[in-house]
Amino acid sequence: MSPKIEKDSLSGQETTGHEWDGIKELNTPLPKWWLYTFYATILFAIVYCVAYPAFPLPWGGHTMGLLDTSNRKAVDADIRSSAVSNRPQYQQLASTDLDAIDQDPALRSFAVAGGRSAFAQNCAPCHGSGGQGSKGYPNLLDDVWLWGGTLPQIYQTVQFGVRNGNAETHQGVVMPAWGETAKSPPQVLNAAQIDALADYLLSLNHQPAAPDAVTRGAALFAENCVTCHGDHAEGNIEMGAPPLAAGVWLYGGDKSTLVESITHGRGGQMPAWSERLDGATVKMLAFYVHQMGGGK
Amino acid sequence: MTRVTPSAPENETASLYEAHRKVYPRAVYGRFRRLKWVVMAVCLTFFYLAPLLRWSRGPDAPGQAILIDLAGRRVYLFGLEFWPQEIYFVTGIMVLAMLLLFLATALFGRVWCGYACPQTVWTDLFVMVERWVEGDRMQRIRLDRAPWTLQKLGKKLVKHGIWLVIAAGSGCAFVGWYVDAPSLTWKLLHFEAPLTDLGFIALLTTTTYLLGGIAREQVCIYMCPWPRIQSALLDEQSRVVSYQAWRGEPRGKLADPASGDCIDCLACVQVCPTGIDIRDGHQLACIDCSLCVDACDAMMHKVGFAPGLIRWESFTGQTQRAAGLPAEWRPVRPRTVLYALVIVAVAGVMLSAMVMRQPLKATVQHDRIPLYVPISGDRLKNGYVLKLSNLTRRPQQVMVHADTPLDIALAVAGDQERPSGNHLVLTAEPDGQTTYHVMAILPKDALSAASTPLTLVLSTAAIPEIRITDHFFAPEPH
Repeated sequence: MSPKIEKDSLSGQETTGHEWDGIKELNTPLPKWWLYTFYATILFAIVYCVAYPAFPLPWGGHTMGLLDTSNRKAVDADIRSSAVSNRPQYQQLASTDLDAIDQDPALRSFAVAGGRSAFAQNCAPCHGSGGQGSKGYPNLLDDVWLWGGTLPQIYQTVQFGVRNGNAETHQGVVMPAWGETAKSPPQVLNAAQIDALADYLLSLNHQPAAPDAVTRGAALFAENCVTCHGDHAEGNIEMGAPPLAAGVWLYGGDKSTLVESITHGRGGQMPAWSERLDGATVKMLAFYVHQMGGGK
Repeated sequence: MTRVTPSAPENETASLYEAHRKVYPRAVYGRFRRLKWVVMAVCLTFFYLAPLLRWSRGPDAPGQAILIDLAGRRVYLFGLEFWPQEIYFVTGIMVLAMLLLFLATALFGRVWCGYACPQTVWTDLFVMVERWVEGDRMQRIRLDRAPWTLQKLGKKLVKHGIWLVIAAGSGCAFVGWYVDAPSLTWKLLHFEAPLTDLGFIALLTTTTYLLGGIAREQVCIYMCPWPRIQSALLDEQSRVVSYQAWRGEPRGKLADPASGDCIDCLACVQVCPTGIDIRDGHQLACIDCSLCVDACDAMMHKVGFAPGLIRWESFTGQTQRAAGLPAEWRPVRPRTVLYALVIVAVAGVMLSAMVMRQPLKATVQHDRIPLYVPISGDRLKNGYVLKLSNLTRRPQQVMVHADTPLDIALAVAGDQERPSGNHLVLTAEPDGQTTYHVMAILPKDALSAASTPLTLVLSTAAIPEIRITDHFFAPEPH
């Protein structure tokens, strides 16, 4: 059936020639500008698909496009260019001593900002994203520092770490195993003595403890522990010995954990970050950690 | 645009897509035309010259009275200075503008469209130039029909040249609202203007030229959403430009005794900037500019009839006139009263917010990780990020204390070796935001719940206290 195109008398427009039950359809073509815009978008799509990555391939990957663009590369380029633009500050940080940086608000805030991202990348796995620490990994926000909480002390610790074989690392004293273990056959303290020591530590921290055990524990503490932890259990940052009367515990302050710590000993480690990061980044970390809330 | 005629003759064609008909508005003289010139002059003067107004704010701040400083993230309005945080003032101004538009429309129809809309103002200006270069309606029609000659080319070039100059001037003035206008002028004259400014000048030049010179009434009829909702805002009491059909019909020759007052001279159609026939009734394309009123009144005067065959009249008024009654108009009616009340309410809220506006703003955000830190001496520490926004250009000393009976100590991070008790003095740096990491320290046994409300009170010499309530978190009590 050949379409019968006729002119509609009412509107003066042509019909499409289609007819259903006497109803005819007016031929109302799309406006030219619309049509050309539509063609332009098709053309754009073709050019785009040729120029940019567009189609996944059945054997994996995708078409790469002639312009060889990739978001990954763009990010890499951004990182490289910001590294270039930050280079003066990095060089300045590396060559300036801590006090001078602390006195220069612009440089200091650059250090803190850079330290924040370096912390998230390097330190957060152990110390927590907020520096809150976890069992065995010190909380950096409290006021108890194993190796000191001033800016130079923090810088020292970040640079050389703890008990890691670096020549300048904090060696301190490893807390020995006081109880009988497979590793330390010559038993120093028996289970009852360790129990009394734990009771004594509880009493130092205002926790309920058996009074006679506390008396025995105090004598044992004076005999064995004061060398490192101090006469009043105030700790010693030269040895990395924590205060034991502060109510802040690295491994836990309940009785069973205290017994475990005394029996088996403790001795945490931390990498020397100067071996892994550049000097400016290590300084930035020190500034960031110092201002997190615990710095002295 | 589809024209709705009550009784369409058999042979009239109804088009679904109307081909573009160029409109050649004829010159017209009269009181509404004069009013339109005045409004146009005021609007354009304000637009072009407002950026040149100066306002002294001291050495560190821009000296432009009205400046939308996008790069500096400030809006300056004479003595007022708005920060991005106060964007709600812009929302308020927009809501207010919308309500004013509603009220004006309910009372007088589309006066905004006819007189003050930038589209109308620039179109009017461009048509004025066109008339000045090419002559009035008939000369322009003849010129467009005539074959291309050097003279025609010359006229067209002059017209488009002047249009482009006006458009470029508008582009520069527009950018002058966003950057310092005098230095922009200086830079433009020395070919030193930054690329961003030039880009926006080019953009605004193009849009002004296209919308004001080429598209004109098409913008009002096809692009603008306002005509689509006007019928929701008009009622039978709104005064709109209307043809008094009861008096004019049947239209016919002046000599014909059987015909009405309309002598079918088409003056109203020829002066119309959107090219419509107002005698078809109120319609979507009518912008209520009332140039047809001027044209018709002049003609009525010439033939000795009473003026007002086309006039500002409500539908009710027209019906009353048709029935021989005096036309009455009720501007006070529930719709307009409601609009006015809402306008007063919104303006009141904005004004009071403006008056109560303090030169110091503060926010407190509790540290998220961790919520609390146990520290030596059986105490707990909570950290808060305190941000002080100093809206003035001199430093402010802010005293912070916690409104609590507990034995609390406040300190700034890094300083807690020297806890200051329940008292901190912080400096809010001028014209900016200063961030402090504030620590609050409480004895463990002072807390009975995992979360205790804690109110920080900030005060300076200049402002009333700012009270911000947050929480002090502690381990779940056993």
